[in-house]
Order: sequence, then structure tokens, then C-alpha cells
Amino acid sequence: MGVSSKLGNLGIVTTTVEQAVNWGRTGAMWPLLFGLACCAIEYMSSQASSYDLSRFGMELNRATPRQADLLIVSGRLTRKMAPVIRQLYDQMAEPKWVISMGDCASCGGVYNNYAIVQGVDEIIPVDVYVAGCPPRPEQLLHGILTLHEKVRGERIADWA
Amino acid sequence: MAVATPPQPIEEQRRWEGSLDQLRGLVSERAITGETMLLNMGPHHPSTHGVLRLLLELDGEQIVSCLPDIGFLHTGIEKSIEDKTYEIALPLTDRMDYLSPMSNNMAYAAAVEKLLDLEVPERGQIIRVVCLELARCASHLVWLGTHAIDMGAMSVLLYAFRERERVLGMFEMLSGQRMMSSYIRPGGVWRDVPDDFLPTVKQFLNDFPAKVDDYEALLTQNPIWKDRAQGVGVIEPDVALAYGLTGPALRGSGVNWDLRKAQPYSGYETYDFNVPLGEHGDVYDRYLIRIHEFRESMKILNQAVARLETVKGPYRSQNHKYCPPLRSELGQSMEAVIHHFKLWTYGYDAPDDEIYNAIESPRGEIGCYIHGTGANKPRRVHFKTPSFIHISALPVMAKGYLLADMVAIIGSVDIVLGDCDR
Amino acid sequence: MEIPAARNPVDVLREAFGEAVAYVKEFRDETTIVVDSALATEVLDFLRASPGLVYNMLSDVSAVDYYPDDYGKDFDGQDGDYRPERFAVSYHLLSMLYNRRLRVKFFAVEDDPRLPTATMIFPAANWLEREIADMMGIVFEGHADQRRLLMPDNWYGHPHRRDYPLGKETVAFSFNEAEISKHKPFATD
Repeated sequence: MGVSSKLGNLGIVTTTVEQAVNWGRTGAMWPLLFGLACCAIEYMSSQASSYDLSRFGMELNRATPRQADLLIVSGRLTRKMAPVIRQLYDQMAEPKWVISMGDCASCGGVYNNYAIVQGVDEIIPVDVYVAGCPPRPEQLLHGILTLHEKVRGERIADWA
Repeated sequence: MAVATPPQPIEEQRRWEGSLDQLRGLVSERAITGETMLLNMGPHHPSTHGVLRLLLELDGEQIVSCLPDIGFLHTGIEKSIEDKTYEIALPLTDRMDYLSPMSNNMAYAAAVEKLLDLEVPERGQIIRVVCLELARCASHLVWLGTHAIDMGAMSVLLYAFRERERVLGMFEMLSGQRMMSSYIRPGGVWRDVPDDFLPTVKQFLNDFPAKVDDYEALLTQNPIWKDRAQGVGVIEPDVALAYGLTGPALRGSGVNWDLRKAQPYSGYETYDFNVPLGEHGDVYDRYLIRIHEFRESMKILNQAVARLETVKGPYRSQNHKYCPPLRSELGQSMEAVIHHFKLWTYGYDAPDDEIYNAIESPRGEIGCYIHGTGANKPRRVHFKTPSFIHISALPVMAKGYLLADMVAIIGSVDIVLGDCDR
Repeated sequence: MEIPAARNPVDVLREAFGEAVAYVKEFRDETTIVVDSALATEVLDFLRASPGLVYNMLSDVSAVDYYPDDYGKDFDGQDGDYRPERFAVSYHLLSMLYNRRLRVKFFAVEDDPRLPTATMIFPAANWLEREIADMMGIVFEGHADQRRLLMPDNWYGHPHRRDYPLGKETVAFSFNEAEISKHKPFATD
């Protein structure tokens, strides 16, 4: 921004490539239209009128993983579902991020038994964990903003 | 990390491979020869309302047969309950049918009360009716929004969730949680309603009928909606009975069966309301029934709120062997301290016998079967859930209709996969 | 149309099947009838079709496992319950006409438990029986679909049996978190 401060407004903005790309990535991070259990209902709530996720550029849910950037694992993950979710994650194009929404997805929650995977991080790498059973929409928004902060901090060297 | 699952023989895991031969007898012979197409729908499909997988056999665009595959959300709730005392197991039941947790609480609590022969005071019963009907509204609102989205009407979801947030706000007032309230407990409810609860409900009852009219203005006479819903997914009354359908799916076929009327619980026999019935048993009739149920729920809520203002008294059973004493009593009575300690550590013993108790949830009959052990943990708890039955009847409803009708049929029976797989 | 008067299912069944009705119990206004499991299909069909009974709807099918020792020939529980074998399957029938419920119970032996299927009489029993076959390991003879219902196809064991462990994993607290995360199979890209 050094030029404009000396020469006045030239109608151009100077920035770094990192900042520009990360701004774009946070501004339109499309989540995968995917729900597992109770948390998916709160996820729908946060998309609906009262909480309105589109304020953060996320109004567009993609039903296909090929077009999605963000996987929100909303709900308990069973051993029967685990291969499916891994495949969905593998099908997503880089760059991709994962939010583990709710206690069940993060650590198994109240279901410490034969059927539930004790934390989705055993299956796919997770960027942000959101606690709550289910988390309120505000908590999910906080988790998404935390992820945005993380993305803004990424460097070219990390892009690979 | 210590994992106590039983050893899975490795050759057992690797040996299994799916093949078409497994489907012999379940799909038509034409599918085996490749004449018709086998199409996989789900478990990640936006219109299956969760993680339902359907194997569809298609002749062109027409559904020849349909094999639902469930279990992607099997949580082991019944097994987990066997490991817990009766009271502590209650929060697990919230998460079965996560659109109307209050109904699950009620099904479980009523079953435990039946097993223990426990009476609920009148005020507790009225609070329960208020909760159950609010839960019915909240559940139908989610159904309305998602069903409309499936059929291409995108904006209804935004209206429906606007009202649902208000109902969830009331639940939060009662219990501190928006969805998983665990408010209805064996013996009554967790606590009395707060002072600002009744004015909020009244305000909601005042506004909501106009909102239901709004939904109807968007959908009921909409020609696109009617084209997609009328005459689709027809199920005849005798078939519906044979497949055990309950709730709006059964009443849509014109069978007058509502457990609130037929086998009343929690004082439903004292309320004045009607049971809406359909004629054709198609998607449109099931839609109309749920819309009318909004209005009937409003009727019940109006009566219950009026009663709640006059009926005072205890809101949970005073039998402190099964229900905790008031917090305020703990400082004054040694007996209350003992009861409290005993209840939250050991729980209570239930007889070594079996009972089955059913209530009418927004989706249909939720039955709870409990077999006690004579000690503080049950031997077996089994939930008969409406979604499970309805998905098992999907092949009958879908047969002969088009692939695009499938999402309409799934939406119209209002399935919740957590309810189905448990 | 005149509705025939309701008849007591216990009397009618005793009259029709005699000794096959092994045990009857009333508990909290619910009637449980234990019938010889070889006659399961006949009894259920009889209850559905007989005038005065008309149990036209199958509400639920549930199984219970009396492991480890709450069953057997010399089992002496409270009220002297009749539990000859380890597994029991209960059919919860509902008569909409007379607005009453009935539980019919069949026992299955511990080694290789088998029962005849009721899907020919009540189509609703299809998935309810499949669930029991999956979770309890009771084989329903004559059932058209013998695949697993809830668990994956390659699952080993029947989770709802009482001798199947719950499958708990050690919970991570702050004092043991380091130890657990060292062994936890974290996923990578």
C-alpha cells in the first residue's frame, strides 16, 4: 500500500499474492451439502433466515464434492459411514478444509460404543473442531470465522 | 489406545466382496441380465434427508424396484442404554429423532413410568402436552422446509426456519438447550416453566396461524406443487396397515388412527381437537394433513396454556424413590439428601418384567419396549420408530413412479435417519 | 356391519391350540402369551384373522437376551417367570377394532437360534425381523432377505447380545491425553 499513500488514490490497490488469494478463498468458501445427524439440523438453521451464513460468502452449498471447498462433518460418524466420508473427502479438489461440528464428530461424544468412530480425525484431517451437542449456530459461525483466520494466515510455501 | 471391540478376523474382513448375485430375488431378473439399470442413490444425496442409501432399479426413468439400505447412522443407542441407569439414559433418547426430541423423551419416560407404575401430577402432564405440541410444530416446520426444497420451492425453508427458531427459543427457555432438551423426565418434567415462558408461547400462538396461511399461500394451490404431489406415491389403506405405517402417512390414506385419540396419554383425552384425514393416500394428502396438524396443535396449545395458568402444584412426581427432591429441600432435610444421592449414583430398581408403551410422535407411533432386570439397569430397550417402518414401506410407495418422484415420496413420509437407525 | 364382540385372546388361543400355549402373564395391563415357537406362524395368523380378536397390525417385534443366567429350566425369578431358553422374540400386536394390544412371545434356543418368519402374515415384520437377525443373531427361516440390515455386511458378531461388549474406548482427559494421542490413528491427507 506504499505507493498510494505517497501519490494519492490511483484507482489501484497493491497487495501480495498471498493476501489476494486468501481473501478470495475466505470470501467464497463453498461448503459441501452434506449432513449426518442432529448437527446437520443446526447447520441448516445457520443457513436459514435467522443466522444467514451467506453473510460470509457461504450461501452456496455444493451437492457434489468436486465443487466444494469445505466439508462440515455435522454429526456422529458410524463405522458404516466412515468409508463414505473418506471417499467424499478424497473427491474434493484442493484446497479443502474440514470442520468437525459437534462432540460426536470431534471425539465420539456421548456415544462411546461399538458403532461410532471416536472422532472424525481418525478418518480425515480436521482443521477446526466445534464443541457442543449440537453446537448453536453462533458456535458454528465462530468455528467458520476461526477457519477463515487460519486460511488468511496461510503462506505460499504451504500451498504446495 | 485400548479398544475393547471383539476381534474381527482379518480374513472375515477381506473375504467379503459385493456381487450382483446377492441381489438375486430382491431385484427383478431383468436387472441381473442388464436390461434395466441399477442406480445408487445416496448415502450422500441432498434429498434423502440424511444418510439413506437407495438402490433403485430403473426401466428408463420408471422405478421397477427399490432397495433401501440403512444403518449409516446406527448409533448403538439401545445398547448404550443397557449400560446406564434409567434416568441417566434419557439424554441418549433425544438424539434418535432429532427433529422432535421431546417426543422421544416422552416415549421413553412414559415407558419407564409404566414399568415403575409411577403417576405424573396434573401440572406435569399439561407441561408435557405443551412441549409435545410445540415439538410437533417444530418438527413439521423442518419437514415443510426440506420437503419444499426437494420439490423445487426454495424459499419456503427460510420462512419455516424463521418460525422454528422461535420454538427452539422456547425450548431453550425451558431447558437451556435449543434442540436436545432432555426436559421430559420419568415422573414429570425437569423443572417448572419459567415466568416468561407462557407469554412467549401466547405471542407465538397469536402469530403462528397467519404464518401457516402464508405457507399455504405459497404451496397449497401452487400448480407446480400440485403437479408434482398429486397422484404420486399412492398407498392404499389396507397396504398401509399391512406395512404398519402410522401417523400422517397412515392418515393420508384415510385411516382414522391417532394414538392421542385412540389410546390417550398425558391427558390428551381432555383436549378438544380433530384428527385430519386424507382421501387419496398420495404425497399431496400427506402434505395437507401436516398443514392441518399445525392448526390442530395450535388448538391443543391454546387449551393447554389456559390450563397451565390455573393448575398449580407439583410438576413431577413426589415419590422421591424415583424423582429427585427439590433443590431447596436439600438444605433442610436429611432424607432429601439421601434420596438425591441415591438417585444420582445408583438410580432405582425396576422390576424384571417387560412393557411396551407407544405415543404419537410427529411422524407416527414411537413405541418403547423395556425389559428390566430387577436392578438399576434395563436388560433390553427397543424403540419401534416410525421412520424405520416408513422406509421399509418405501419400495411399495415408489414402485411404478418416476425417479424424480422418489424425492417427493421420501419427503412426504417425513423420515429421519437417526430415528430409523437409532 | 355388525362388529362381533371382543373375545379374550387367552381363552381363544387355549381353546384352539391347547397345550401349545405355555404361559400367560398379566403385567401393568399388558397380556403376554408364550406360545410354542414351532407354531409361531399359525398362532399369528390365527390372531390376525379370527373374529373377535382381529389383531390386524404389527406394532413391533423385539428380541431379548436372558444371558447370562436369567433363563433355563430351573430359573426361579420373581413371580416365577417362564423362561426356558436364552432368546425370546416378542410380537407386539395391535387390534385397531377393539383398541387393545397383545404380546406374543416365542423362545429360541441358545445354539443356532431359529424361528419361523412372520413376513407372510405381516409384511411389516420384514425389517423388524431383519433387524433382530442382524443385532441378535436369530435366524428367521423363510425370510426372503437374509442380508444384514443395520451393521455393515462384513461385521462380525451380533451387537445386541448381552455377551457382546459395548466397545468402549478410553476417554481422553487432560491427564492421559498425551498418552492417547500418541496411539490414536490420526488421519493424514
